[in-house]
Amino acid sequence: MNGGNVIIERERGLLEVEKRIADLRSANVNQPVDFSAEIAALEQKYETLQRELFGSLTPWEKVNMARHPSRPTTLDFIAQLDRFDELHGDREFRDDPAIVAGFALLHGRSVMAIGQQRGRDTKENLRRNFGMVTPEGYRKVQRLAHTASRLGLPIVTFIDTKGADPGISSEEHAQSEAIAMCLYEFTEARVPIVASIIGEGGSGGALALGIADHVIMLEHSVYSVASPEGCAAILWGDASKAEEAAARLKLTSADLLRFGIIDEIVDEPLGGAHRDPTTIVATVLGAVSSAVDRLARMTPQDLKEARYRKYRRIGAWESERQGDIGLPAR
Amino acid sequence: MPMPDWLRSRRGKDDGRDAALWTKCPVCGEVLYRRDLAANYDVCTKCGHHFRMNAYDRINMLIDGDFTEIGNEIFPGDPLGWVDKKTYPVKLAGDREKSGISEGIVCGIGSIDGFEIALGVMDFHFRGGTMGTVVGERVTLLLEEARRRHLPCIIFTASGGARMEEGMFALMQMAKTTAAVARFKDDGNFFVTVLTDPTTGGVSASFAFESDVILAEPKAMIGFAGRRVIEQTIRQKLPDQFQTAEFLLEKGHIDMVVDRHDLKTTLVRLLQYAAGGIGAKHERR
Repeated sequence: MNGGNVIIERERGLLEVEKRIADLRSANVNQPVDFSAEIAALEQKYETLQRELFGSLTPWEKVNMARHPSRPTTLDFIAQLDRFDELHGDREFRDDPAIVAGFALLHGRSVMAIGQQRGRDTKENLRRNFGMVTPEGYRKVQRLAHTASRLGLPIVTFIDTKGADPGISSEEHAQSEAIAMCLYEFTEARVPIVASIIGEGGSGGALALGIADHVIMLEHSVYSVASPEGCAAILWGDASKAEEAAARLKLTSADLLRFGIIDEIVDEPLGGAHRDPTTIVATVLGAVSSAVDRLARMTPQDLKEARYRKYRRIGAWESERQGDIGLPAR
Repeated sequence: MPMPDWLRSRRGKDDGRDAALWTKCPVCGEVLYRRDLAANYDVCTKCGHHFRMNAYDRINMLIDGDFTEIGNEIFPGDPLGWVDKKTYPVKLAGDREKSGISEGIVCGIGSIDGFEIALGVMDFHFRGGTMGTVVGERVTLLLEEARRRHLPCIIFTASGGARMEEGMFALMQMAKTTAAVARFKDDGNFFVTVLTDPTTGGVSASFAFESDVILAEPKAMIGFAGRRVIEQTIRQKLPDQFQTAEFLLEKGHIDMVVDRHDLKTTLVRLLQYAAGGIGAKHERR
């Protein structure tokens, strides 16, 4: 799966320099020769190399960054919550491990945390279905969103999926209906919803957790109408043109902030979130918490009205009557 | 079918569809006289295959008298500045020319057997019925108008999913239309969708499956993921019956499979039930 990830390939070059610095450091301690100058030179080189490699990323490089196996996943975010109790199952058929969800304490406040979970290795990826959610997973989401709305618990979601599961069983269990009713449940929820796109946000399978009053996106995450591979296959019948599709889809955090589709970007360290996961997770959770605090002051009616208006105005249609493009003012 | 004035004025003199007199049924191979096919609601006179219908023909089949369009003054922008082999505006202009409609859905208010209804009809001939900002906006305007006037709403779907050339703006129409459906239904209004061939992706996973009653036309292909995507994922061929309307009926995903000849009477019966409730919002005029 990770073969061909352009970010991992670049990191190999960096790793060599890192290893040489480490070797020299230990030699410096163990041997009577002073390697300080060499270490400083290598560190300088490392810095330059890092800036060259990661200073500015193309959309396709960001897609690869979003899919990086070491990138923090939903469970890494959940691990830094004050408390978490996972809840399971759709009450009908099975528990989908591609969705992790349950009661949580975020900065002392009770919330419902819900996220897509991919694996870091083949074994876990098979168990988690590569983070591709089945209808049973979406029904678990609906159920818990409904509970949260009734109990007045804010809903906090973490989005990280290539897309919904495209298998036979998923079609037999009404994947369309499961996603549609997730959107419906989030639209109707009487509590604040804050969504964070932490990795890849692919298509309707991502949006099912994405209708929110405040949408946060990690700098190098991507969010698109279809995966670049899917888009290339649909439009040009050739999934290998994914890099070209990534460039055209405008799927980066900067594009989506400009379009008014997301509300906030959390910057990543040079080289990506996995270079400093603890800090990144804490920063995102801090941003989620302050958004929840702000939204919690609104009445359920005002919250729903504001959410309706927010999604009502997203569009770029031109009208003869209005004679302008309906891009949101920003 | 006689052509009412509202349709005649919209069609203009020649929409190019009369150019060929004959067409072949893709299922049974029967060569059909176009006039016979049109008189039979675009259903093959030999094998009963339901051809994909033009939006205005569909409206003409259902609506008695006038049809007042909603949102027909809205045209797409080009938010991503999309270019591949052609620019997005050039693709749109080509589809407008070819299909005779201005976007992937036609919406409006009209009467069906005495019931005033809000009606939306998607058309696969325009960008594969894909949902971009205009389709999303027209559906939303239709549901908002229906809610204001307490009218039942019926939407015919035909869609390849979200429109790639509008990127995330297209995906967000799933959220927008869902919000409009929820408001409409919360007020006690009746929402029916009729799934026609094909209904997939962003449309099936939003308003198509959020209605009170879901009907489908015979053999219509309905699903979230396209057949090709699934076959590529599982690396085997799918059975013919998979993702057909009949398959969905058996699995419990939809309420009825209805032959096109019986659609109008079925819809009227449903409208009658909805109008007969205690404190019902909808009534026959």
